[in-house]
Amino acid sequence: MKHLILAVAITLGFNAKFDAQTVASVDLKNLEGMTVNPSDLVGNGNPTIICFWATWCSPCKRELNNYMDYYADWQDETGVELIAISIDDSRSMSRVAPFVMSTGWEYEVLLDPARDFARAMQVINVPHTFLVNADGKVIWTHNNYAEGDEEELYEELLKLVE
Amino acid sequence: MRGFVFILMFVLFAANSAQAQNEEKSLGVVTGNVSVLWQSYQEDSLIGAVVPPSKTGFNAYSNVIYTQGNFSAGIRYESYLNSVLGFPGRFTGTGVGYRFARYEDRERGIDVTIGNFYEQFGNGILFRSYEARDLGLDNAMDGIRLILTPIEALRVKIVYGKQRLDFNDGLVNGDGIVRGINTELSINDLFKGFKDSKFRINPEFSFVSRFQEGGQFVRDDILFDLPQNVAGWDAGTRFQYGTWSGGLNYTYKINDPSADNGYIYNEGQALTYYLSGNIKKLSFLLHKSTSDNMSFRSDRDLLLFDSPINNIPAITKPHTYNLAATLYPYATVITGESSFRGELYYSLPRGSKLGGKYGTKLSLVFATAYSPDRIARADSIDQLMYGSELNSWGFGETLNVQDISFEFDRKFTKNFKAKAMYMNLKFNTLSTPVTTDYKGIVDANIAVLETQFKTKKRQSLRTELQVLITGSDSVITDGVLNMVKQDKGDWATFVAEYTWSPHWFVGIIDQYNFGNHDESKRIHYLYGSAGYISGPHRLSIGYGKRREGIFCVGGVCRAVPASNGFEITFTSSF
Repeated sequence: MKHLILAVAITLGFNAKFDAQTVASVDLKNLEGMTVNPSDLVGNGNPTIICFWATWCSPCKRELNNYMDYYADWQDETGVELIAISIDDSRSMSRVAPFVMSTGWEYEVLLDPARDFARAMQVINVPHTFLVNADGKVIWTHNNYAEGDEEELYEELLKLVE
Repeated sequence: MRGFVFILMFVLFAANSAQAQNEEKSLGVVTGNVSVLWQSYQEDSLIGAVVPPSKTGFNAYSNVIYTQGNFSAGIRYESYLNSVLGFPGRFTGTGVGYRFARYEDRERGIDVTIGNFYEQFGNGILFRSYEARDLGLDNAMDGIRLILTPIEALRVKIVYGKQRLDFNDGLVNGDGIVRGINTELSINDLFKGFKDSKFRINPEFSFVSRFQEGGQFVRDDILFDLPQNVAGWDAGTRFQYGTWSGGLNYTYKINDPSADNGYIYNEGQALTYYLSGNIKKLSFLLHKSTSDNMSFRSDRDLLLFDSPINNIPAITKPHTYNLAATLYPYATVITGESSFRGELYYSLPRGSKLGGKYGTKLSLVFATAYSPDRIARADSIDQLMYGSELNSWGFGETLNVQDISFEFDRKFTKNFKAKAMYMNLKFNTLSTPVTTDYKGIVDANIAVLETQFKTKKRQSLRTELQVLITGSDSVITDGVLNMVKQDKGDWATFVAEYTWSPHWFVGIIDQYNFGNHDESKRIHYLYGSAGYISGPHRLSIGYGKRREGIFCVGGVCRAVPASNGFEITFTSSF
């Protein structure tokens, strides 16, 4: 029996492999109250940036504010869309909409109050940023934000459209 | 046998390679994460740090999820060897703390999970199963969850299971059984004419019931029966008009004598409503919430972090600055409170005279919570059995907290940004017992200045200067009137952090209790850390004194004792 299992494993192993991480399928709400599944927003021929954030997370807000300075250029050059996933729970979820309105962010903001999507994407803490290619595969992630990190993200974005 | 294996290998290989000429066979997707926290302890009599018998603490968690098409399965492996200080000491050993298998067919609207899952109905005041790992709170469900979407406009969630209570070389569930159903309707998807309307309405209804073996108890010579089944329901709706949104929720729970409420037979109720929107560049939020006797657990005899079925969120803003966030963190009084929050946000536009070149953000947040408005019952037996009665949804007499904060955030030049915050806090330590040094309302003023300089390409220096000044009480000692600082008196915190994007950081934090009326306690809590980040992997090493503190969530707080020593954290995801 051992031989049998080994044989199947070896034979399949020649041509089989694990796929790269994709964007999990979880129904979330956007700020207009509509149900949106992030897995439907990626892999449509353009790259996507997914940023997990919260209203109580200073580095997250710095990251998303700083990206806004470059967002129009990034979109022109690469067609990228940014989805900002708020993990604010029932304590602070109602603050997300008025806060976002004051920031001028042009991102698609989705609410993940029970962290279902964060858990499915293996997010431990925020900020956590994913770059997803035109086929919907995660090709780069970063778990932190420091001033200047947008340059690394931009380099990775450019690689996708070269 | 060997011959058979050889033939099988040949057939599989041939079939496989014929198919794989053009495409490789997929084994699915494996993702995971690892999170490790290690602390060493040394004695420090000045701050009251003691060394536990194991001399070190070690908490580790690792999640692995396998996904193949519509199927996914995962486990979380946990280790507490021994758990770090401040964590529930009874969490011991190493093993599997969470495991699940899930099948989701979106086209047919079916999503089934068996094993562990987290779930929340509506605002969570009736049912919320979640993890707050920093606190050691984890009431994961263990059973079955079914999510059905028979038509686009209707989603039905059904949960059935036990709840996680403890960890002892593996998951330990509590006694009670939790059963629930939640339905959410999208009116816009139900009627074609409304599909693209700016006005959206999503009503929700939930029902949750707990079963636990009953029993009897005697009070004042009266024999009382404990209910075995306790049910609650919740009805509410969210509505949206463009950028305006609001919500209204009413929650009810039948009599549920418990350790939380002193085994009274009163019903539980909660009413919350909110409205947010904007007028040009001014956006706002108004939020009112009242709850009475809404503590709900799968085991009526447990307290604090153990087996909560629901979660009543705290009204105050979750603060980010150290002194504002950790000295007086507010937690909901779960036996009942009436609270209000109002928030205003305004952006001074870029290029305007007041807004400056890059614009300026302003925010004002006011939050307050009082005891609920209750009155005693006319009949003394009723009073004994049911406790006081809710008189109105308004405020009662006792102030629990009042928190007013104003924030200013501006980018001055390409390389320099600053934020300033002022906050006034009135905090009743009898309602939320975060300190044993003071009983009453602490009046504190907090000011923070945060700056950020971009020093070179990809390098920056961030600093924070924070001051907290408490009020003084007049105390007569030996016939002399003295003004004595409330609680631990005044504090200052200094933070400096230097980052080299995208990999390195170093930081230092000094918390100084310079205004403690006891001069021997005017201590510097100095802590330094450095770390390396590479994509999803993050390693940091710190050394220094960690102040004793309180962490709070949804009505409960955990005391973390003072400690001194090294700390290593590692997180990684793949």
